[in-house]
Amino acid sequence: MTFASLLAVDWPWASWPWWADTSVKMVFAIVAVLIPAGGTVYLYLFKMVSFMQSRLGPMEAGPYGSMQLLAELGKNVQKEDIFPEKADRWVFALAPYVVLMSTFLLAVVVPFGPQAQFTNLDTGVYFALAVSSVSVVGILMAGWASASKYSLLGGLRAAGQLIAYELPLILAVVGVVIQAGTLNLQEIVAAQNQQEIFGWGGIGNPFILTQGLGFLIFMIAVQAELTQGPFDMPVAESELVSGYMTEYSGFRFLMFFIGEFATANIFAFLGSVLFLGGWALPPFVTDLLGIEWDSPWMNVIGPGVMFTKMLLITFVIYWVRFTYPRFREDQLQKFAWKVLIPLSLVNIAITGALKVAF
Amino acid sequence: MTAVSDRRQLAYIAAQAADARVNVELEAEGMTLNIGPQHPATHGTLRIVARLDGEQVIEADPIMGYMHRGYEKLTEVRTYPQVTTLINRIDWLGSFANEVPFILAAEQLMDVEAPPRAQHIRTILFELARIANVTLFLGDMGVQLGAVTPVFYAFRDREHVLNQIEAATGGRFHPNFDRIGGLKDDLPAGWIEETKKSLKEIRKFCDQMDDLIVGNEIFQARTRGIGVIPADVGLSYGLSGANIRASGVDWDLRRDNPVGLVYDKVDWKVWTHPDGDSFARYWVRLQEVRESCNIVEQLLDTIPSGPVMAKVPRIIKVPEGEAYIETENPLGVMGYYVVSKGGLNPFRVKIRSASFSNMSISPWLLKGAYVPDVITILASLYFILGDIDR
Repeated sequence: MTFASLLAVDWPWASWPWWADTSVKMVFAIVAVLIPAGGTVYLYLFKMVSFMQSRLGPMEAGPYGSMQLLAELGKNVQKEDIFPEKADRWVFALAPYVVLMSTFLLAVVVPFGPQAQFTNLDTGVYFALAVSSVSVVGILMAGWASASKYSLLGGLRAAGQLIAYELPLILAVVGVVIQAGTLNLQEIVAAQNQQEIFGWGGIGNPFILTQGLGFLIFMIAVQAELTQGPFDMPVAESELVSGYMTEYSGFRFLMFFIGEFATANIFAFLGSVLFLGGWALPPFVTDLLGIEWDSPWMNVIGPGVMFTKMLLITFVIYWVRFTYPRFREDQLQKFAWKVLIPLSLVNIAITGALKVAF
Repeated sequence: MTAVSDRRQLAYIAAQAADARVNVELEAEGMTLNIGPQHPATHGTLRIVARLDGEQVIEADPIMGYMHRGYEKLTEVRTYPQVTTLINRIDWLGSFANEVPFILAAEQLMDVEAPPRAQHIRTILFELARIANVTLFLGDMGVQLGAVTPVFYAFRDREHVLNQIEAATGGRFHPNFDRIGGLKDDLPAGWIEETKKSLKEIRKFCDQMDDLIVGNEIFQARTRGIGVIPADVGLSYGLSGANIRASGVDWDLRRDNPVGLVYDKVDWKVWTHPDGDSFARYWVRLQEVRESCNIVEQLLDTIPSGPVMAKVPRIIKVPEGEAYIETENPLGVMGYYVVSKGGLNPFRVKIRSASFSNMSISPWLLKGAYVPDVITILASLYFILGDIDR
């Protein structure tokens, strides 16, 4: 079950030593994290938002500004790497790496096809939700080490918010886990593909249909985890300048930036695995094509399917982000503890009861 | 040589002492947060020194004057027609409205009255300046709360009005169009129809803001009951304009004392709100933009014919005397106290600008607020830095 067995053919690297296997995986990891991040940033952050706000967005770099990302990259790489005078240099320098590390660790368990996965952990869901909280450490490090009051306020707000919304995120996923009966992400995909709706298996049973409430809570919690949209109090630009990122410049700022948007994509990937059926095509489509639902061809088609679903979810994320005003810190906490967590507990109870009944 | 360096040294010592005084006054337990002079939320160089306990403000002190340009003193070395160029830049979003009270004061001293057509066009441009000013607030309030999109709509639709102001006066931002005794020019051909069209866009924009911002639950949660100003406190701090009308005080100089402008010939309404919170201030301004559209539409249909300039001497010399005229400007009551000793220049001009008085309530209002609310309260008080510092 490694990437080497892609297309279930004896590719030459199947017998390669571990370091070669790992190198190939690392290249693919960078592709799987950075390409979708760049794609969504251009498509949504640059273009869709511009159209929402009745402007054109970048138009000069390349056709329709499609090379704008390279320009941004060049700009940020050129910039001076500034350390504030009183900053804790080591922690300050390390913080963006910790944040980005959390993103890459999240990508490890996401399945893109029956064999196209970096690691198939039996506790995939558990692992993903656990490593997603590593970024809190990085954000706190950034906020504290910057020696700036805005950064400190931003870092503390972020810590409070991320911890509060971790809980509804996990509880929302519990419903899916109960219904699939497994923590393994591949098996969750299989469960969605093979279950039936009232005896009709044409589209399988994507859990968004039965776990609609869970999906809603998941999306809201993801929005908060990403500090986007109405939950962007930690980076509230109109009061905290840029929150925990205030003192960063150049490449380190770029890393925070990539971390923010790449994490949005990985969470969207996770959301499509957990609620939208993952990489699998609906059974009636695979019947038409005349292939097994987990045929080796899905290692090629699967990433495309996942990418499409990811674009759908990130569209909603950015749409909400640029429409709503933001919550205040206390309102945000109240919303997590008094609304989302009770709702997700109710969801778990109902799912459990129905699971036992049927 | 020594004298110069002594003076410099003295000035330096004085500046140091002033800084030290500010620091000592604010020194206490808790964290001191400098919001400004350079900060995304202050639209300029306002500095607010806030002493925080956690995220709660114990004491907030606005420090003004970073953009002081000395207009009151500068007017003393300008002739009367030259002064309008300067005072255009006080409230730079609704420039034409700044010119009107000064010109009216000068007219009162000279005992000249503008012809009816000029008065009508003045009132129209005055209201267009209000629309140009307040629409930006309507969008900007969203940015302060974290909704980025409305401000782009505000800039987009404000353009329609700016185009009309430009078509009539030649200047988008600083028209410098008002003259003692009338106006520089008459309206261009087709202007009335174009203006009616652009007002329709503004009404559409107001409906959009109604949906996007006023009807938004998060916006209401962030502004209702936040920054409440009781009517008596507001009056004692000298608040004016929409800020005091949002506290339920039914006071509008356009209706109560329309000097030189023709508001009494129009059927319109003064909007008030009983709550006095940030939401009320937003709501009142939104209604006022609609009411302004209403006023302009009525005035456009009733412009009398005739000259736009009264008979005034080519070189304007104002006889000795004093005059104080105040009008209801976009930001609140703006007044000019003009003292003339005869001759080409005013002897002394005192400018009563609305934002300065509106800001003076902020230490009282910000006490006990949270940092995020500091931003919304300041945004809802709606100040223009040029109007504070002059």
